[in-house]
Amino acid sequence: MAAVILKTRGLTKTYAGVQANTDIDFDLPEGQIRALIGPNGAGKTTFVGMLCGRIPVTRGKVIFDGRDISALPAHKRIALGIAYTFQITSVFAGLSVHENIALAARRAGGNAARVTETLERVGLADRAGQTAGDLSYGHQRILEIGMGLAQSPRLFILDEPTQGLAESEVAAFKTLITGLKNTTILLIEHNMSVVMETADYITVLDQGMTLAEGTPDAIRANRAVRAAYLGTADA
Amino acid sequence: MDFGPHLMLAMLEGAVTAAILALTAMGLSVVFGVMRVVNVAHGEFYMLGAVIAWFVASTLGTHPAVGFVAALVIAPLLVGALAALIDITVLQRIGYDPERTIVATIGLLYILQQGTLMTFGPDARPVAPPFNTRLALPFAEWGENGLALYWPWGLSITSYKLFVIAAAAVILIALWLFMTRTRAGLIMRATQQDSAMARAFGIPVAKVYALVFGLGAALAAMGAVLVVPIQQAHYLMGGDPLLLSFIVVIIGGLGSLPGTVIAALLIGMSDGVISVFFSPTLAKILATLAVAMVLVFRPQGLLGKKPQ
Amino acid sequence: MNRPLALHLLVIAALAAAFFVLPDYHSGNLARIMVLAVYAMGYNLAFGYTGLLSLGHALFFAAGMYGLALSMQHLSLTAIPALMVALIASALVAGITGALALRTRGVAFMIVTLMFAQAGYLTALYFVQYTRGDEGFVLPQAVRQIAGVDLSSAMGRYFAALILFSVTLLIIGALVRAPFGRTLIAIRENEARATMLGYDVQRRKWLALVASGTISGMAGAAYALLFGYAGASFAAVPYSIFPLLYVLLGGAGTTLGPLVGAVFMFYLIDLSSGVTDAYMLVAGVVLVLLTLFLPQGLLGTLRKRWVPWLP
Repeated sequence: MAAVILKTRGLTKTYAGVQANTDIDFDLPEGQIRALIGPNGAGKTTFVGMLCGRIPVTRGKVIFDGRDISALPAHKRIALGIAYTFQITSVFAGLSVHENIALAARRAGGNAARVTETLERVGLADRAGQTAGDLSYGHQRILEIGMGLAQSPRLFILDEPTQGLAESEVAAFKTLITGLKNTTILLIEHNMSVVMETADYITVLDQGMTLAEGTPDAIRANRAVRAAYLGTADA
Repeated sequence: MDFGPHLMLAMLEGAVTAAILALTAMGLSVVFGVMRVVNVAHGEFYMLGAVIAWFVASTLGTHPAVGFVAALVIAPLLVGALAALIDITVLQRIGYDPERTIVATIGLLYILQQGTLMTFGPDARPVAPPFNTRLALPFAEWGENGLALYWPWGLSITSYKLFVIAAAAVILIALWLFMTRTRAGLIMRATQQDSAMARAFGIPVAKVYALVFGLGAALAAMGAVLVVPIQQAHYLMGGDPLLLSFIVVIIGGLGSLPGTVIAALLIGMSDGVISVFFSPTLAKILATLAVAMVLVFRPQGLLGKKPQ
Repeated sequence: MNRPLALHLLVIAALAAAFFVLPDYHSGNLARIMVLAVYAMGYNLAFGYTGLLSLGHALFFAAGMYGLALSMQHLSLTAIPALMVALIASALVAGITGALALRTRGVAFMIVTLMFAQAGYLTALYFVQYTRGDEGFVLPQAVRQIAGVDLSSAMGRYFAALILFSVTLLIIGALVRAPFGRTLIAIRENEARATMLGYDVQRRKWLALVASGTISGMAGAAYALLFGYAGASFAAVPYSIFPLLYVLLGGAGTTLGPLVGAVFMFYLIDLSSGVTDAYMLVAGVVLVLLTLFLPQGLLGTLRKRWVPWLP
């Protein structure tokens, strides 16, 4: 059984009386691809925001690699080896594709070779000189994923990465994700084909709480999940 | 004069300052509240109000009261119209981008100020008040027969200054009623809350912004018209009111009407009182630092809403 | 040698040659312009590269100016120790006000910096017995020398200004190409993204502001040393606006923009003050036109449209 790289205990977020996340206990073994699914408003982005430090916690603990990071600011958590892509793509629109990747790599100790390698891996090598803001939305999303990869992260958190991608790009994404070695992946997704084909394990959130956890087959068969969510999602 | 009456005099003068300041700062606050625009040229709209008042009064040349009333109507209208024009030609073109707006309004500051220097000249010019009787004021003191009133020599105020306080209060109440009870005020507040939504409801947001910007400038001009019989019209007179208005709006909370009034009272009164007893420079240093510290440690001001 | 470095060296060489070619009046102006350009280069580091729109840089300029002038006038220090005092003074002032001001952002940051600078100006007025307030005081020619070189002579002054300018230009040129500078640009472009890549944004902004303030302070010290005068007017609001104006005109985020902007505005104001007392009107018009039509400034537009390698 692989070591747990990330766990939360009693993670809660309350906004002026609204419980966005309630008492979530979460364990993520190293090397696993975990998908986090649930209806809109279930609290997935809030949860992940608390993991990486963007959203302050109301209550609870976040433990990364055995170390309590609950009090660490976001940039320090990232520096420990967590990469994060935003739900709404956020790159350096005024800078070149190359510089975007280079900025990500540089902080994580990567050299020029890693930048070239990453560009090739995500298929943006021929656009290295372009201004990031001029890329199509799908390509910007891919660029952001590339920026995450350039950090050689131990934990890669992606918030709806395939949203806005074309079919071919989604397929390329699936290949990319399943081909990553030595990286634990936490994926918020609505695209069920991506979830079912890439995830080792799935956590389902509903109304700020964990509804179910299990393998893709188990989740597919789970009645409560179907009632709450699967019936309305795109398969 | 003893300490008691001296303090009372300082407070009365402070009340006059506070009244004018409340009007001027309200103009800045309304503009920021509805449009989220910081207008660094706001003090120059104030100055223009005073200068135009002088022009109107000296052109009409009749009894000061007539000139004054005319100025009170004409100056805010002209300044408001100018401001609306500036909004349409400059601010809307740069899309109210915060940095570009600040830079553009700095440029406007110099254009308005120096333009006035070129036409009006560098001298300070007085405007006669419409009426100006001196009223002696009583002060209470414990005597042999209990609390008794006496009239200390030197403790007096002019009827005009009392009028200024009353007029400012009336205008502010009218403004409050306008914002909360009329349809136009409702439209302004709706646009402030959510301009995209307002547009979806068919509100002509661009026109509202131009009007609001004009209103803000007109309020400052009104304050200046009221003050010009007490001080004088001078092309540099916009500097201090700008700084003080900023202080008031920040401490009162950007966009908060009651906050602005309370902060204006605080600042106006304390500025008057402190300046009487301490060095005015020291008072200003402390006030300036206080504003900075409020922004650093309590950015929503005293009564503003906390940013999400 | 890369193109940016070559360009910088070329500009420095051209400025050196200019002294021998230009008439005295213009070379005198150019000495002043170069010092003001250093001030603007300091400002550019904070505003152009990091995106911090400060409205209170006159505080740093004055800190350096008074650091040097007061220690020469009242403590009888010679030029080099006085320059050290100026360096420490401006770094300290930038460090402390920066730590406070950087707790805010955007409009609040602009106002806080403006307030700190205003408080600084008023303080200079308050301690009028040392600073002589707005009237200021003169530094006698006798003390204005370094290693025997008389800095009040046309040549001494010009080349001292040129040395300061060159050193600053080369340092900034190196800084913006190095990881530190690239990170500042990233922070300006998308702060949230920079944070989520693991960069300590607050710390870098503070470092940028301290560097910016120190450079501006050295310009202030140089101004007092080379032109022999220190006065509170250098701490007032217009002196916070000038570097913003130069940088915007020349091109924010370009290394040579501040110099270009300083040259332009200096001569624009010089020419218009011959015509009218209201010469700041010109500054106002330029600001409005710039922000409407040329937000990238002269070199910024040049870089965007035709010369992408322009530093």
